[in-house]
Amino acid sequence: MTPTPKLETRNLGRVVDGDRLLEDVSVSIPESTVLVVVGPSGAGKSSFLRLLNRLDEPTEGTVLLEGEDYRNLPPRDLRKRVGLVPQDPALVPGTVFENVARGPLLRDESIDETHLPELLERLGLTGYEDRDVEELSGGEKQRVAIARTLLNDPDVLLLDEPTSHLDSKAEERVEALLVDLIRELDLTVVMVTHDEDQARRIGDHVLILRDDRVDRVGPVEEVLA
Amino acid sequence: MDTVLEEFLEQFTDPVLLTGLAQVAVAAVLAALVVGLSHLRGLTLERELAVALVRGLVQIVAMGSIVGVLLTVDFVWSGVILLGMMIGATWISKNRGEGLPGVVRVSFVAIVFGSGLVIVTMTLAGAIEATVRNLVPVGSMIIANAMQINSLALDRFKSEIASNRAEIEAGLALGAPPTAVISRHVETGVQASLIPVIDSLKSLGWVWIPGIMAGMILAGENPIYAALYQFVIMAMIFAAGGLTSMTSSLLIGKYVFTDAEQLRDVETDSSS
Ligand SMILES: Nc1ncnc2c1ncn2[C@@H]1O[C@H](COP(=O)(O)OP(=O)(O)OP(=O)(O)O)[C@@H](O)[C@H]1O
Ligand SMILES: [Mg+2]
Repeated sequence: MTPTPKLETRNLGRVVDGDRLLEDVSVSIPESTVLVVVGPSGAGKSSFLRLLNRLDEPTEGTVLLEGEDYRNLPPRDLRKRVGLVPQDPALVPGTVFENVARGPLLRDESIDETHLPELLERLGLTGYEDRDVEELSGGEKQRVAIARTLLNDPDVLLLDEPTSHLDSKAEERVEALLVDLIRELDLTVVMVTHDEDQARRIGDHVLILRDDRVDRVGPVEEVLA
Repeated sequence: MDTVLEEFLEQFTDPVLLTGLAQVAVAAVLAALVVGLSHLRGLTLERELAVALVRGLVQIVAMGSIVGVLLTVDFVWSGVILLGMMIGATWISKNRGEGLPGVVRVSFVAIVFGSGLVIVTMTLAGAIEATVRNLVPVGSMIIANAMQINSLALDRFKSEIASNRAEIEAGLALGAPPTAVISRHVETGVQASLIPVIDSLKSLGWVWIPGIMAGMILAGENPIYAALYQFVIMAMIFAAGGLTSMTSSLLIGKYVFTDAEQLRDVETDSSS
């Protein structure tokens, strides 16, 4: 018997007002693996990630987290466990600290005094706590957004094109940080990218979406050969 | 019923109406002068001006007749009349908040709660005389302002949500409670809605002498009492408006999320 995948989608789909955003996606993500999602613009990649975090409601099929239908979990618990770094970092006006700690601040929880500095260090943001996010570069903003999600200690990390708005130097830096994070924290990841080379470097499995549907899915070395 | 009708008809035979008509005639001559001037200046506005003047006169006299009827009915009817006004106010507010989920229910509850609480409290406290003659006009002023403030709050809240969608969803994606994620935008809506009332409170007395005070002075009241009563009215408007916009923002802040705590679509039209 194969172990229960960390995350699994079953015939997942969504239609809004007659517009189809995604259709019939069934894929499983074993623990500690990285699934990369590639496909042309408008193929439904962001729609897929939003469904995994339940920011949108599936109109067809569902998602299983460790074998359990995620609609049976309280949405806030699910979102802490399956953390999304959105395509747009969408930082709030304020300092780096206020943004990285936004989860516990909004939930009115205390902030872990060791976890937060450790995360800042991992993301190369030590000493940035009091900086105004307005002054940050694109790469720095993206790293703040990643730290913000990781502070929740998610079981699964969802990344939506984390390097796509960055210049090539910042892109390299963020990608290298991600590779280290994934290895050191032993993360289960679903990452959207439009860059097939990046998909090869980071992914274990790849899902190719085209016109809101699965085009191909399988191990990176087979599918993106 | 006969006496009510008699009382109503009496209003039209009141000799004061003759004085009124004479005054209208003088004002009309002045207005006609302006219409004539605009014609001479080639403004081609005279038709519109004339229509506006006649229309205004007819509307306001019709309104006066309705108030005349209202003044003859029993005190308990004032509740029904005010409720009718609240429904009308909800209807108008609805257009402002168009595209926000649950906007009609939210506006109705907020306007009834905000203006109702103030009207009832002030009536019980004796600041509004418990007669139709007092309750209806003062109540309608409070309701109209609550409506305006409610519309402003909803309008602002709607554009806040539309322009901060990414930020709100990023907060939700962290597993944060929707009310906490949205509270900043709720506050912005309430603050924006109260700016006009706060400004008129500030300018009270030196930029403008508001209608009630002017009317009371014209009617021969002690000007200081008229001033005090005007302040009471402004304070009531402020209180009712504040309660209304806080209520509607809080409620709408719940309606914009689904049961699974997802941000609903908020349709914004091109005009806003
Ligand atoms: N709320 C919505 N209502 C209707 N259509 C939508 C909605 N959200 C997205 N879409 C449409 O669904 C399709 C898929 O969008 P999605 O954002 O998932 O694409 P994507 O693969 O992430 O593209 P990109 O690479 O440009 O980010 C697009 O055609 C988009 O316009
Ligand atoms: Mg996308």
